[in-house]
Amino acid sequence: MNVLSEAWGWLTTAANWHGSDGIPTRFLEHFEYSIEAVLLGALIAFPLGLLTGHTKRGGLVVTSLANVARALPTLGLVVLLVVLIGVKFRAVMIPLVALTIPPILLNTYEGVRNVDPQLTDAAKGMGLRPWQVLWRAEVPAAAPLILTGFQFAAVNAVANTAIAAYSSFGGLGRFVIDGLATTDYGEVAGGAILIVIAAILNLMFFAVLRRVLISPGLQPRKQATA
Amino acid sequence: MISFQQVGKTYPDGTVAVAATDLTADSGRITVLVGPSGSGKTTLLRMVNRMIEPTSGSILIDGVDVRSKPAPELRRGIGYVIQNAGLFPHRTVLANVMTVPRLLGWSKEKARERAMELLLTVGLEADHAKRYPFQLSGGQQQRVGVARALAADPPVLLMDEPFSAVDPVVRKDLQTELLRIQSELEKTILFVTHDIDEAILLGDRVAVLNTGGTLEQFDTPSELLAHPKNEFVEGFLGVDRGVRRLSFFSSGAVPLRPEPVVAVDAPPQEVLARKGTQPWLLVVDAETKPLGWLPAQQVPADGDLSRVPAADLVSYGHAFTVEAESLRAALDSAVLSPSSRAVGVDADGRVVGVASVEELVPAIRAAQDGSSPENGR
Repeated sequence: MNVLSEAWGWLTTAANWHGSDGIPTRFLEHFEYSIEAVLLGALIAFPLGLLTGHTKRGGLVVTSLANVARALPTLGLVVLLVVLIGVKFRAVMIPLVALTIPPILLNTYEGVRNVDPQLTDAAKGMGLRPWQVLWRAEVPAAAPLILTGFQFAAVNAVANTAIAAYSSFGGLGRFVIDGLATTDYGEVAGGAILIVIAAILNLMFFAVLRRVLISPGLQPRKQATA
Repeated sequence: MISFQQVGKTYPDGTVAVAATDLTADSGRITVLVGPSGSGKTTLLRMVNRMIEPTSGSILIDGVDVRSKPAPELRRGIGYVIQNAGLFPHRTVLANVMTVPRLLGWSKEKARERAMELLLTVGLEADHAKRYPFQLSGGQQQRVGVARALAADPPVLLMDEPFSAVDPVVRKDLQTELLRIQSELEKTILFVTHDIDEAILLGDRVAVLNTGGTLEQFDTPSELLAHPKNEFVEGFLGVDRGVRRLSFFSSGAVPLRPEPVVAVDAPPQEVLARKGTQPWLLVVDAETKPLGWLPAQQVPADGDLSRVPAADLVSYGHAFTVEAESLRAALDSAVLSPSSRAVGVDADGRVVGVASVEELVPAIRAAQDGSSPENGR
């Protein structure tokens, strides 16, 4: 039996779909961790990106910060944090958040900073207050780039949430780690397949989000051919 | 009325963008600020809606200092049009035009109604309303920009090189359109351009600014062309200011002679009689619309003009519409015509008469000597 058919066997075993360590539970956990990581990352990176992009100041700080966060070895950081603070959820969440910050920060900063100055000038000149210029002109105009940043962040999070299992937390990584420990390669491969499916679902979610959130006015190619 | 009182702008590094300037833009008129780059014209304009704060002096709109209320509030009461329109790319044309009324708290219905009305005013069609800016040409975007600036019916309009990014043909349309809208709405318009022709075409009064933000001359276009105060203004106006000034005088004073005009179906004896007295005959059709010039020596011996092939008639260049068009158009018509004669037509394009360059001279002389032009532009 090859690994794929073992994986198929594991995936189609009814028992694996029930209980607190069943596939649906792990799936939800996986998304829960990923969403939490993206939201926490956004909480830090989005306002910072808006601020630096709007004022066009602090570009160096932003790029340095993003590069440092990107350079962190995720797994190494998890191990280090577990050693330092023990098996706590934070030990997993901090490295994940570090992964979501760079794309959100950079794309928000670049997106807002590069909004056509004529647009902001006109917006201000019509009597929009600075806050309104940001939310009604700059953010909507930069929305495609900002959303791409969030998408990268989510992709990173979904792909790397598997490491949570290293320190005994849930998520789809559980199957991979546990399967390896018990040399149940069907479970390992099955878990890997589920992670791939999670990543694809994530991409589909962002495709929908793009259609809903981004004005047709900013999607020239689609409109022009429609 | 916008009055600049000793308004100056000096940057912290000591650069003087605008030297202390006094200037008054009359209500319901177009006042143009023109000058080379670095002459502070845009700075002057942007100080009115406080996009830039002056370092000295004050600006009053209808007697009220612009600093007497918060800048965003002030700006909502002033129309603002910039070079590339600066439309919101993520909003439809309609939503763009509705911006200021909505900021002012109008209801959606009222703002929408007003926006639709304005789109028609600026020469767009109702189905443009649903489109997004990227679906419009540069000229159309600029029309939307003008509509957006007019949306809340502000008494004052600031236009910062609004037409300089579009091609010359579209620019001409937009300029004509602006004059038409202005004749209906009578806004107090402050208009910045680096193009002296545009300044002369649009301005009721033109302020010529020099590098370093000094006001060299502030006059009507006609006065500017007739009496530039100094070498800078004269240089800026260009070499043909005398001819250009003629566009402020009606062609009504041009003496037009009907003698050289003959119908293509005129009796031969009449044609032969004219041939004897005129070096050039202007052949016209049954409706007295011009066909072309015929040199007297090429008139057929039997006087039958209908035998002359159309290709033998010499083009008359272009005709000028008597009264409606200017002396400049009349002179141009004469210069372009191989016969050196201008063809004057009425509003329906029927020939009134012709005048040679020499015959135009007294009218031109009278215009240059007279102190004020007969018509506005």
